[in-house]
Amino acid sequence: MVATLERPVQHAQSEPRIAMTPVIEPAAVVEHVSKVFVQRPLFWRGQTKTVQAVADVSFTVGRNEIFGILGANGSGKSTLIRMLSTLLIPDSGRVEVFGYDVRRDEAQVKRLINRVSVEASFFKKLSPGENLAYALRLYGRSGSAVRDETYAVLDRLGIARDKVGEPLEQLSRGMQQKVAIARALLTSPVLLLLDEPTTGLDPRSKLDVQRFVRELREGHDATILLCTHDMAEAEALCDRVAIVEKGKLAALDTVDGLKRTFAPTIGHPEPSLEDIFIHLTGRSLEDDEEASDE
Amino acid sequence: MNQSLGPAQRTLPGAGIWWETRASLAFVERNLYLVKRYWHLELAFLIFNVASAMSVLYIGEAQMQREAGAADARLDLVLYLGIGTVVWAYLRAVFSNVGEMVAWERWEGTIEYTMMAPISRLAHMLGVSLFSIVYGLARSALLLGVLALFFSVDLSNANLGGAAVILLVGSVSFLGFGIMAAVLPLLFPERGEEMTFVISSILLLVSGVYYPISVLPDWMEPLATVSPATYVLEGMRAALLEGAPTAALGPSLVPTVILGALTLPIGIAIFGWGERYAKRTGRLKRSG
Repeated sequence: MVATLERPVQHAQSEPRIAMTPVIEPAAVVEHVSKVFVQRPLFWRGQTKTVQAVADVSFTVGRNEIFGILGANGSGKSTLIRMLSTLLIPDSGRVEVFGYDVRRDEAQVKRLINRVSVEASFFKKLSPGENLAYALRLYGRSGSAVRDETYAVLDRLGIARDKVGEPLEQLSRGMQQKVAIARALLTSPVLLLLDEPTTGLDPRSKLDVQRFVRELREGHDATILLCTHDMAEAEALCDRVAIVEKGKLAALDTVDGLKRTFAPTIGHPEPSLEDIFIHLTGRSLEDDEEASDE
Repeated sequence: MNQSLGPAQRTLPGAGIWWETRASLAFVERNLYLVKRYWHLELAFLIFNVASAMSVLYIGEAQMQREAGAADARLDLVLYLGIGTVVWAYLRAVFSNVGEMVAWERWEGTIEYTMMAPISRLAHMLGVSLFSIVYGLARSALLLGVLALFFSVDLSNANLGGAAVILLVGSVSFLGFGIMAAVLPLLFPERGEEMTFVISSILLLVSGVYYPISVLPDWMEPLATVSPATYVLEGMRAALLEGAPTAALGPSLVPTVILGALTLPIGIAIFGWGERYAKRTGRLKRSG
């Protein structure tokens, strides 16, 4: 068992508020990680643009924890998820999953993780059954027992047998997302990375997905890192929440801890997570969604 | 200003032929922007068009040489073109299936999921290659069958076993070229797939698919020596048209094996470099 400590709470107004929390067994370690994207101009004319997606971010996710990352569009939360998924190489810093470095031990990391993103990422002309059979074979699972297990998981998620053979593009977005959750569950990841898994889902599907996330943690000893826009979802699911803004960590604590810390500065005895988010970032997520729609 | 007026008083657009003509220029302008935006794609299509046009013209050139009693006059033109067509269909199927390894997944939006799966890139390529070879063989056999129905093809003296050997050995080189081509959609998320046409159209032009390479200009002939398709076609024609025994196919088999031994590892190395580059620059994310 390895115990690590987060950095202590900082009290200066401009400094991040990071609560000191003992993490007994780290599932994911992100230490001083930075990532810059460079956009070169067409025909080499004009200026090269650089975007600092992540700037010196550090946090540790404990085993069996549901850890939330809250941030506006472009705040760097998906970049963090991609680095943990081995899909993006950090420019500097250390990213580890259960002690394995994402760069050096990429193959081992891939065996421990799975990811559900906002897009369901399936072959749309194939059925849920065919997509899951393909995905499971990539994870070394095949055969009739796996097929039975697949049906059982899809049943639990409310996907009827007659839908299992239909092209995925004919299913609703909520159904597609449930198939994505089923895919993640069937590969038994010890670290599940959820990148806005309920965005665009109807309230009922949202609750189904959230119920499944809890089941995954409780029944499969999984650690879950959840990036979300949804404050209520973060509050309902997450043991701790990190708020990221412009690639930097603005705060990190339990939801109650954040409320206690920010109550005096916000001037409300029990501020909501949204109040805290607006206080730290200067804008609401709705503002951000409208801006991105425009 | 119009916003303060009622609907009936507003000047509505769309009145008159002159207005419509001017408005139609919007599509000209839009397409110019698109050409500028996808300049690499335009370049790829230009090369593809030039190579295709030249291939057609060289068929005519070869025919003129035959009529003048020059080299290859003894060959049956139908069989010559038929073998070229079937072999090219096979090699193209292998090449494009492997080359589309990334492009297809980008299109479906599954690229990140596949890249994240706990499977080595070598195993990934092996799976894609296996399918490509089986698929290419099935499709080419079907094509050969259809051609045989329409044209009286005499293969009674053909060395079918030798032809199969050289086709399978040649597949290795084409897998190598296909893997090299697959890196293009990785590096150019927007329409990188079409840029693979450049590689296949150049191979088509210089390899003597529809004409002997002797009709090519002198400066182009050295390119034929580094194309595996040249040797596969030479060997296939020798085996099928002349019934050459497998042992006599050495001059075609040896360079095919050497090219396969070179292009496959080079292709894998280039793809590995491309994947690392895409992961450093965030190019896996964009889906075009």
